[in-house]
Amino acid sequence: METYGSHVYPGRLFVVEGVDGSGKSTQIALLRQWLISEGYAVFFSEWNSSPLVKKTTSKGKKKQLLTPTTFSLIHATDFADRTEHDIIPPLKAGAIVLADRYIYTAFARDVARSVDRQWVRELYQFAVKPTVAFYYRVPLEVSLSRILTGRNELKYYEAGLDLGLSHDPYESFKLFQERIVGEYESMIDEFGLTVMDATLPIPEQQRRMRKIIRPYLQGVRRMRGSAKETAWAGLAREMRPSHIDVSGRSGR
Amino acid sequence: MTELAFYGLDAIHLKERDAILPGRLIVIEGTDSVGRSTQLNLLRPWLESSGYAVVNTEMTRSVLAGAGLKQAKAGHTLGPITLNLFYATDFVDRFESQILPALRAGFIVLTDRYIYSLMARAIVRGADPRWIRSIYGLALIPDAVFYLKIGIDDLIPRVLQRGGFDYWESGMDMRLGGDLFESFVNYQTLLLEQFELMTHEYGFQVIDASLPVDLLSEQLKQKVLPLLPHG
Repeated sequence: METYGSHVYPGRLFVVEGVDGSGKSTQIALLRQWLISEGYAVFFSEWNSSPLVKKTTSKGKKKQLLTPTTFSLIHATDFADRTEHDIIPPLKAGAIVLADRYIYTAFARDVARSVDRQWVRELYQFAVKPTVAFYYRVPLEVSLSRILTGRNELKYYEAGLDLGLSHDPYESFKLFQERIVGEYESMIDEFGLTVMDATLPIPEQQRRMRKIIRPYLQGVRRMRGSAKETAWAGLAREMRPSHIDVSGRSGR
Repeated sequence: MTELAFYGLDAIHLKERDAILPGRLIVIEGTDSVGRSTQLNLLRPWLESSGYAVVNTEMTRSVLAGAGLKQAKAGHTLGPITLNLFYATDFVDRFESQILPALRAGFIVLTDRYIYSLMARAIVRGADPRWIRSIYGLALIPDAVFYLKIGIDDLIPRVLQRGGFDYWESGMDMRLGGDLFESFVNYQTLLLEQFELMTHEYGFQVIDASLPVDLLSEQLKQKVLPLLPHG
């Protein structure tokens, strides 16, 4: 079994991290479109999305069966399934894998739930170390207002109600998010997270993200232009088919 | 059990909650078809007739993960790391929701396997031993671990008697042989090696599982007796 930092694959793994409402999902979606339009084979993997584990997780949440430790373990199981199916094989094949949330989400949430900091780090030892891990940093008031505007209900575990910090879901959510932010901040140095200013305009954040990623794309194989990729490519390119280079290399 | 001791980190922070646990935690370990449940079925009524409150638990029976694990194993996409963590989820759910409350209430907890089988399976499937040990390090050190020891040659007739070779008990997910029988022999040999390695490290009390059932049961009772409160 390969452990964190020991995997050597031809592909690249870029992950985004941050609290709910930091705008990280928007940024990785934009990055994905751009990479596809540049001709790369891109795989996308989301937190808590394993079909194998889904039923167990939703049962645990619905019936409130989860303790901090089993909450942590079931998410690690989910992540292991994604690692074994959606992350490692494409990386071995030389693809670019994008992950919306990664192990740092577990470290932040589980430790905020009082799971032992060192134990949870050991639990995720099987994870592939990302090429770049972006942390979208946003002031708590901003993320809270982004998340809570237009929401009328917070779920039990989402609000951290299992922690007993407060009986009011909104108050509990705030206190829980505060702890999570604290954990993220302490992980910046520990894991070499790349901090992004999530208060900047969306296009500016994306420009910076691409600039950071570009040097890591050297040597990554691009696919030959296929109908499928053309369909995925940006609208402007579709409008000007002459710009699609069949050799798979973009002009830039 | 009284004193709380762990193999690794007290990751559940049990010591913050319980100074002592009045129950007893007794583990029966051993490979598939070695006769663990037969022995537990003899041990339990004996304890109960002596006035003890007994709870028994076994693997893959957790409320949280039992059904999901069974379903995942029925498919063909379950990777080894995922399998290991699914088992760990199942174990910790049983540990927190069945074993601990029973120990707090002063029960004799008889468990059909504990972390040792789970670690052996994981290591045979290529898991990093340090990794798997650190996960299960949160488990309480039991009052006793009885290891029903058997050699592969004695094991095979028992499996045949029970209706033949099972896919998972033969480690067919790892394709260790051309057919179920070959894979069973290779897989079980690897598992028995792991148990052997763990015997000293975890202080197993070894019991010869090739003995007749009643003789074995008698031995087990003699070893359990001094562990019991007011025994």
